[in-house]
Amino acid sequence: MGIRFILMVNKQGQTRLAQYYEWLTLEERRALEGEIVRKCLARNEQQCSFVEHRNYKIVYRRYASLFFLVGVDNDENELAILEFIHLLVETMDRHFGNVCELDIMFHLEKAHFMLEEMVMNGSIVETSKANILTPIQLMDKSS
Amino acid sequence: MSGPSLMDSLFQRTLEDLIKGLRQQLIGEQAFISKALEEIRKEIKSTDLSTKSTALLKLSYLSSLHFHDMSFATFHALEVLSSPRFSHKKIAYHGISLSFHDSTPVLLLITNHLRKDLTSTNEFEVSLSLQCLSRIANVDLARDLTPEVFILLSSNKLYVRKKAIAVVLRVFEKYPDSVRVCFKRLVENLENSDPQILSAVVGVFCELACKDARSYLPLAPEFYKILVNSKNNWILIKVLKIFTKLASLEPRLAKRVVEPICDHMRRTGAKSLLFECVQTVVTSLSEYDSAVRLAVGKIREFLVDEDPNLKYLGLRALSIVAPKHLWAVSENKEVVIKSLSDADPNIKIGSLRLVMAMVSEHSVAEISRVLVNYALKSDPEFCNEILGSILSTCSRNLYEIIVDFDWYVSLLGEMSKIPHCQKGEEIENQLIDIGMRVKDVRPELVHVSRDLLIDPALLGNTFLHRVLSAAAWASGEYVEFSRNPLELMEALLQPRTCLLPPHIRAIYIQSAFKVLVFCLSTYLMQWGSTASSASPDNLRSGVSASVSYESFDNLSVENGADATVTRGQTYTSASITNESILNLLNLVELALGPLFESPDVEVQERARNVLGFIDLTKLELLNSSVQGEKDLERRGVECSKTIELMHDAFSKELGPVSLSAQGKVYLPDGLMLVENLVGMEMICADIEPPSSNLFSFGIPYEEKDGVSFSNLQIEADSEESNEATSLLAEHRKRHGLYYLPLGKSEIISNDYPPANDPTLQGNINDNADDLVKLTEESLVPKRKSNHAKPRPVVVKLDEVDAKPVGVKKAEYKDDSLSGAVRDFLYGMKDMVPTSSQSNLPGKASSKRKGKEKQHTDPHVETKGNLVDYGNPSSRRRKHRSHGKERKHRSAREKNAEEREDTGQKEKEKSSYCHGRHKSRQRAEEPLNVSAQTTVIPDFLL
Repeated sequence: MGIRFILMVNKQGQTRLAQYYEWLTLEERRALEGEIVRKCLARNEQQCSFVEHRNYKIVYRRYASLFFLVGVDNDENELAILEFIHLLVETMDRHFGNVCELDIMFHLEKAHFMLEEMVMNGSIVETSKANILTPIQLMDKSS
Repeated sequence: MSGPSLMDSLFQRTLEDLIKGLRQQLIGEQAFISKALEEIRKEIKSTDLSTKSTALLKLSYLSSLHFHDMSFATFHALEVLSSPRFSHKKIAYHGISLSFHDSTPVLLLITNHLRKDLTSTNEFEVSLSLQCLSRIANVDLARDLTPEVFILLSSNKLYVRKKAIAVVLRVFEKYPDSVRVCFKRLVENLENSDPQILSAVVGVFCELACKDARSYLPLAPEFYKILVNSKNNWILIKVLKIFTKLASLEPRLAKRVVEPICDHMRRTGAKSLLFECVQTVVTSLSEYDSAVRLAVGKIREFLVDEDPNLKYLGLRALSIVAPKHLWAVSENKEVVIKSLSDADPNIKIGSLRLVMAMVSEHSVAEISRVLVNYALKSDPEFCNEILGSILSTCSRNLYEIIVDFDWYVSLLGEMSKIPHCQKGEEIENQLIDIGMRVKDVRPELVHVSRDLLIDPALLGNTFLHRVLSAAAWASGEYVEFSRNPLELMEALLQPRTCLLPPHIRAIYIQSAFKVLVFCLSTYLMQWGSTASSASPDNLRSGVSASVSYESFDNLSVENGADATVTRGQTYTSASITNESILNLLNLVELALGPLFESPDVEVQERARNVLGFIDLTKLELLNSSVQGEKDLERRGVECSKTIELMHDAFSKELGPVSLSAQGKVYLPDGLMLVENLVGMEMICADIEPPSSNLFSFGIPYEEKDGVSFSNLQIEADSEESNEATSLLAEHRKRHGLYYLPLGKSEIISNDYPPANDPTLQGNINDNADDLVKLTEESLVPKRKSNHAKPRPVVVKLDEVDAKPVGVKKAEYKDDSLSGAVRDFLYGMKDMVPTSSQSNLPGKASSKRKGKEKQHTDPHVETKGNLVDYGNPSSRRRKHRSHGKERKHRSAREKNAEEREDTGQKEKEKSSYCHGRHKSRQRAEEPLNVSAQTTVIPDFLL
């Protein structure tokens, strides 16, 4: 199913956003997140952004204090996922204006809605920032 | 009643309050959260929907980030969902997508809510419910909501249609029958020019094709069109993924797509698209040399890039290409080997895999030497990674690539001495396995084992204990090749062996036993020959002993004189004297004496065995040594017989035993195991007091089972025979199949230089550049002097070692989804539409009717299908019907039919055919539809 999960984790290893595209129990999620975060946060800037973990490939990228981690299937294109992460950050940046960890913390559901616009069923459906943000803003107005 | 509710909503904490509180709490996060959860539990029961929805929002937050169960709120979430306010709905859908799953009890209650929202005029409501459906749909939801999704698939709001397309994936997966309804509209969306729609629909097909590509071959023309025309990299990447799957199934398709893909590769500036093209080429188009060359060129650009990501991906792409085009790796070997010292462990492992892929019969020695030296310097984790891959590569397929086993055995010894080595178990297995399978290597094996055993430092390393156990076993089992058994004995009994775990210590003791017996028997033989009264028995062992000495004589010449080694026959007379035998016996007694009381039974028993044996022989040996020669001769006879017996028992070779050997032993006549067991069962049911004699069980049944029991007893009697050697010989005669071939060990001409020349090791520096230099030659396949010496025989057993019968072909998964898709795609054009598309039942029935009609068509002789090429739909029809294996349908009759309903058909699929027509014009070559059973219609060709 392409993307299996998307995590945003800060430097301290606290999860700031977790979106799963397959059902995992809370315990499975806790274990998975713990292992992945430990693995990825231990890596440095000179190392590549891909980590294999269980049957996932983790593609991650760090923006300031926040790590964006995307778990994908084995035949997913890593570079495309990196571009996707960048697109996600740019989109949030445009929406929140200079996005930071706090924006995501206090507007978690909004970040979720953005992801919903971009990814469905684990595959990327929308890659245009305008197309992602217009419905979010309209929804804000209508409620 | 409104009081508390009002109070609740007035003083309710919002999500923001909760988050702020969580950041500033002083009572500890867990305590704060459980307090908050308590509030939420109260609030969520409120009748006020705002309060309820805020509570749900908070709960979703805690569940998502702090792993708190929110399953208790599933029903409340549904209540919030029924709110007329959009903001509540949003929160409800958010909570539901986070918490609902297939076994949520209230899942079905959501059906009507979803249906209502799916048909809503507010596109955001529709979109929310579609998103939710894509997360939670199960069989029932998928089935019940298929009609709504179907309608939305052609919605004129792009925003909605896009999501409806994406949701179809989940619906198909859960409820394959929905394919019949929705698939056509899904395919139609492939023709859409809007990138949003296209992106969604290609995404869906990419996922579908990953599961079962074959079913989607008929859609190849549509994908091809996108591949050629699309400018969107996201879409192109997905289409390339689809072609990766399709092209490996259909070579003609591969031929078509290879050029466009190469075009993309040359033109694109996007690394992601470039990488996808490279991946497609190396995975599915590896027969097209020019494409592969282009791809390998791009891989090289990746490899030399500064970006570690590109380097990593380049290495991975190389490892895909390696099995078919090894030259690609050799061309880049410099980069690959340099990457072994990369800062990133992932890259190191990637390059290690590639280096191992380069290993061949000719290069194995050098590559392994380089890697072992490299392992010495790397961190423990990577060191073991290296050792593991050397071990597995070299042992692959019964040591297929190893020609020089002496070298390999000494490599194993060297590997186990690497400080970080944790591969003891694997090395142990290989040492023993090689010892049993390869006769010629045994002298070297004993030599390597001796070096391992004699080093007291190694005993302190727990990871090495398994290796030492193998070394001990080998030196005991093949002691006749030892240059100095006395030294070996000292090594086996050294005080530090107390560091070993008991089961390995037991192996040490057993090996010491074998060495002892060998020494004694050599001593006796030598005494016998000096006394020139060799009995036939002695003569026999004398011959074998002298042969083995000869062989190690060569060895010692080869390896240069070792101080402890004396040569040939002189050795026998010189080193085993009365005195040394006496010392030996004393040493054994001294070392094993304390083990008499060992708490471990295995150690104790083996120690007692050895000591008992010494008791049996020592007295006479000692006496004989002080008595005159005549006396010695007379008295020595008894103990020499014992020793000879033991020696014979130990000198029988242990061979590898096939796992299935037991099954090949014929069942003796009259042995009725089943009946006996039935008898046992009956007795056991009676709960009789256990009898001391097993066979007494049989007595009450002797009347009935007499025959079988007597047989059993005969067998048992024969087993009791203590003539172990004769039994072994007999067994060997009967079941020679399972034994190693008999015969004298070949005398090896050791005319090659020792592989692990210590002087060579001195040359190796830490620098990766030097590694490159070292491997330079090794990667070039060349005939090496190794071949002067033929590869020794490696004993193989029949089934066990037989190569695995090629990996079973990926079983054709006929799961219901691909079945439905296949039915649909191959049958789509067969039906004669009689009713409008939106009328579902009518459509389905018309399809069935169409099928029936064709089944009953009379077979008319073909008159030629000239017109076919001009008429795409008729051509497609023809192949479709081939796909359904209705081969007898005549083209002519079809044409007639075609003309009848062309008008109708054209209307229906005008946009559809248009696209196909274009791509089909490219090739007019005759079709080859005869051989295949599931014919792939070659729309593209």
